[in-house]
Amino acid sequence: MADFETPSFREYPTIPVLQEGIMNNGGPFVAKPAHNEPLGYPGELVDGWEDKAVAKLGDLASRYRSLQVFLDSCVKCGACTDKCHYFQGTHDPKNMPVGRQDLLRKVYRRYYTFAGKYFPKLVGAVDMTKEVLDDWYTYYHQCSQCRRCSVFCPYGIDTAEISMAAREIMDHVGLGSKYNNEIIVKAQTVGNNLGLPEPALVDTLEGLEEDLLDDTGLEIKVPVDVHGADVLLVTPSADFFAEPHIDGLMGYAKVFHAAGISWTLSSYASEAANFSMFIGSYENMKKQAERIRKAALDLGVKRLVVGECGHAWRVAYSFWNTLAGPFDFLDPNYPVPQHIVEFTHQLHTAGAIKFDKEANDDKVLTFHDSCNVSRASRMGDKPGGQYRLPRDLLRASANKFVDMPRDTIFESTFCCGGGGGLLTDDLMEVRVKGALPRMEALNHVIQENGVTHMAAICAICKTQFAKVLPYYGMGMDQIISLHQVVGDALVLGAPNE
Amino acid sequence: MSFLSILYAILFYAATILLVAGLGRKIAQYARTPAPLKIPTMPAPTTQTGVVLRVATEVVFFRQLFKSNKWIWLFGWMFHMGLFLVLARHLRYFTEPVWAWVVLIQPFGKYAAFAMVAGLAGLWGRRILVERIRYISAPSDHLMLALLLGIGLSGMSMTFVSHVDIVGLKAFLLGLMRFDWSHSLPSDALLLIHLLLVAILMIIFPISKLLHAPGVFFSPTLNQVDNAREKRHLAPWAAGLDADRAE
Ligand code: SF4
Ligand code: SF4
Repeated sequence: MADFETPSFREYPTIPVLQEGIMNNGGPFVAKPAHNEPLGYPGELVDGWEDKAVAKLGDLASRYRSLQVFLDSCVKCGACTDKCHYFQGTHDPKNMPVGRQDLLRKVYRRYYTFAGKYFPKLVGAVDMTKEVLDDWYTYYHQCSQCRRCSVFCPYGIDTAEISMAAREIMDHVGLGSKYNNEIIVKAQTVGNNLGLPEPALVDTLEGLEEDLLDDTGLEIKVPVDVHGADVLLVTPSADFFAEPHIDGLMGYAKVFHAAGISWTLSSYASEAANFSMFIGSYENMKKQAERIRKAALDLGVKRLVVGECGHAWRVAYSFWNTLAGPFDFLDPNYPVPQHIVEFTHQLHTAGAIKFDKEANDDKVLTFHDSCNVSRASRMGDKPGGQYRLPRDLLRASANKFVDMPRDTIFESTFCCGGGGGLLTDDLMEVRVKGALPRMEALNHVIQENGVTHMAAICAICKTQFAKVLPYYGMGMDQIISLHQVVGDALVLGAPNE
Repeated sequence: MSFLSILYAILFYAATILLVAGLGRKIAQYARTPAPLKIPTMPAPTTQTGVVLRVATEVVFFRQLFKSNKWIWLFGWMFHMGLFLVLARHLRYFTEPVWAWVVLIQPFGKYAAFAMVAGLAGLWGRRILVERIRYISAPSDHLMLALLLGIGLSGMSMTFVSHVDIVGLKAFLLGLMRFDWSHSLPSDALLLIHLLLVAILMIIFPISKLLHAPGVFFSPTLNQVDNAREKRHLAPWAAGLDADRAE
């Protein structure tokens, strides 16, 4: 299938022997000027990039407390070393969270600390050289910014913060990744990551309505640009065309239909994903969030609901209020924004929608906690709601549900392997290898409990699993959208005719 | 005052100034640097009280480390708690009359030194033997452990093996604190080594990874309240960006 070997399942959780440099693959395709310049970055690697990179590092450290504190505080205790799925799957020590941090930290020490300036060898400080930059480009694109390491570090050091900063520095000297920057340009100009213009979007959604009619015999709408609708739904654009995402979108439509709540998508802000987070760019992230604010204002909606997407939910839950708030023009009786799972959960709790569990009796389900939902956001009004609510919905809409082992779910969940802007074919090897711990956990419940499907609430997770499951001898259709399960069980009433 | 005493007096004044000024500078820097985005590692407390509890549990029990790795937790916690008791016990050399609680913990403080040294030895053993930790270690990481072990062992030798003129030491230290330089430092080799190592530790504290001590209190993943939807969080440098909002 590819020119690398898919790792085999481990019988016991072993800690790999180090193989330094085994993943030194040169990194993803480099962005072209057309991908960089619209984002405010130089087209290509600039002259004197060494000094500029060092200066940018200092600038970021002075504006981000996380970066400043994390660069200073690591004691090299080693507790995080075996916690990263990319390290477990690749054995490359530069994929250990602290190993990854040190790539930046050693430069920080060289230019910004007394010890590093005068005794570089003693503290492992190094000059900003091409070799260092290459390592950055390679290994900061082998981090999915999943935050698993931060859960296990005594100081909460979050390697995601470091890798975002590193990517921001690289962008500022003209070295960006094509996958991310190209997508961000599309989202900022066309309105979604796919670059799907309004007519095409309208077309696609009409097709969906026909599918829904065929399926259910009901006229279930997937409205777009409807002024005065109650709810603006912002969802990852993958929901419009990719499998199994699209079944999730149909699930949302069914929920709105069953609850009788008017809703709309926006063709101007037709994207919940915000890849600017992956490249650590506050300014670009803000630009994308502002599109959604503007769409909500223009359409005159009362509520904002976000579809199934992990990092999008992080940006929405944790950052929207900061980036594009305050949302005081929306109905204060609902949290802004609301996750589609919160939305459906609330309707179900209130008895406004009903499920027929037997509709899902052909499945034994498990649930994949997406990193950004688990460790960077919340649902509901109590901590941990992000774990409880989706499971409540699955248990309410299906008879058979089992969880994967405890150390692979909730706050300890393992990344799908494709998050953080790595979901590109030029990084296939790291994606497959990084999926190992999740694949092992899934395999465990398949063997022990006969699990047939894994539900997820993240567009990236779904695409990634559909791609990597076959590498591990499982079927690409074993990954499904949570709202597909919900939609299949939803009691919709009698067909029209 | 003997020549040696003058040297040590200068050394300790200098070390104290560097420690206080250095730490003060770093703490001010951490406090001044904004955290522009809400990034608590979830699940996180939804109240300020909850955050105080969270940080306290980390500082006192090393909760995340416990979850992470039992060996590192065991050695690290032994070392830090041992050090804490030992430091508290040392207050007796800087106070006259000695506070009641310091008298009370004296026996514990004496034996806590064993826990401290054992913890350090365990940490160093892992640093040398475990391939992953050896890989991430710079020479300074080893030297730091050597320094702390040196302090612990020299101190323990004075407590348990060959006693030194503690009364003379206390007079010297109290003198330094009151700017009364009439008392000489007892010139015991062990004591001089111990004090020299302590002064070195004080000097490098604010310029080394020991900054994790203030750092843990400023870590945004630990010390932020989970209330992003309820309360708008805005850094000063980011507030200006709202101005170009097209509305
Ligand atoms: S757990 Fe934290 S302090 Fe320990 S090595 Fe990793 S990043 Fe550094
Ligand atoms: S954030 Fe995730 S991918 Fe990045 S180093 Fe930490 S555990 Fe690995």
